[in-house]
Amino acid sequence: MSDATTLDPQAVTDADAATRSQTSVIDQRPALDVHLQTARSPLAHLFTARADANAGVVLEEKAFLGHLMLRGDPAQSGFAEAVEVALGLALPLTSSTLNLNDAGVSIQWLAPDEWLIIVPGEEAFAFEQALHEQLSGRYQVVNVSGGQTVVSLSGAQARQVLMKSTPTDVHPRAFPVGRGVPAVFAKATLILRHVSAKEGESEFELVIRRSFADYLGRWLLDASEEFGVCIKA
Amino acid sequence: MMHIFCPYCGELREEEEFHAKGQAHIERPIEPEACSDAEWGDYLFFRNNPRGIHHELWIHAVGCRKYFNITRHTVTYEILETYRMGEQPGITAETLAAEQLAQSAAASAASSTTQQTGDARP
Repeated sequence: MSDATTLDPQAVTDADAATRSQTSVIDQRPALDVHLQTARSPLAHLFTARADANAGVVLEEKAFLGHLMLRGDPAQSGFAEAVEVALGLALPLTSSTLNLNDAGVSIQWLAPDEWLIIVPGEEAFAFEQALHEQLSGRYQVVNVSGGQTVVSLSGAQARQVLMKSTPTDVHPRAFPVGRGVPAVFAKATLILRHVSAKEGESEFELVIRRSFADYLGRWLLDASEEFGVCIKA
Repeated sequence: MMHIFCPYCGELREEEEFHAKGQAHIERPIEPEACSDAEWGDYLFFRNNPRGIHHELWIHAVGCRKYFNITRHTVTYEILETYRMGEQPGITAETLAAEQLAQSAAASAASSTTQQTGDARP
């Protein structure tokens, strides 16, 4: 009986090829046009466009983005560099921080060995492949795009909505731009991140699990009602 | 609202984000087959219930999802320290007792000096 785990000697000599052959990546959105015509985002039924010129809160679902979970040891040589090459963004090594760029790519520290990468939906497969090409050794990249969605919360009263919903301190002093944390939110959990502050108005992103989307969407609409709510769709 | 220091996040977070997971520093017997029933039963079922210092396993469930240890006083509920997995506590019942002994010794020494010199300070 031959040993089934023995690799072809030629494949073993080429370490890169061996790594790549063990990694199978599937494009989860192979036909984008068809996908966009038929797919329904987790909040499509709730967040229908609503205009309000005096709205204190602006809600928008950023649907169909690419969500990748990255695990690995940042102390491993070349790990941080490989991620930076693949994403064009530095790996955040400080707890509860996030790096983002104008191309819509962001990477957020979740744990000492775990990061959340969010990229434009149609680029998820390319970024996933780039990460597999750059990274080596012990690491993991998982595409979780189908499991979660992003809600953008902005407007003059955005912070008041958060204060009603989460015990996390969202004062600008404690929660500046570039900070992101998993949070208890309306008895559920989500990932809360402060992505920008322009002219005194902050934009927060709420990364929500699909199974919580209906509940949290309704909660956000109800909590925003008193400030006037505008929904971009 | 109570705040707990997560040694992995490196900051104080809301108590709601954490869950207690029982006694810390429980070691699985290296050779379970060689254990007596009493030893195995101790490992599986029996836990300390001290009045005073207790070392506990906690998880930052809504956060970094890492397990870590807390040294907690079961009478005052005070959290004396938190430390990472694999580390040993800096505060134990012994160190606390030694500290209290030193404090009371210092206090009695101070009071005896007061009596000798007739100082009326309270």
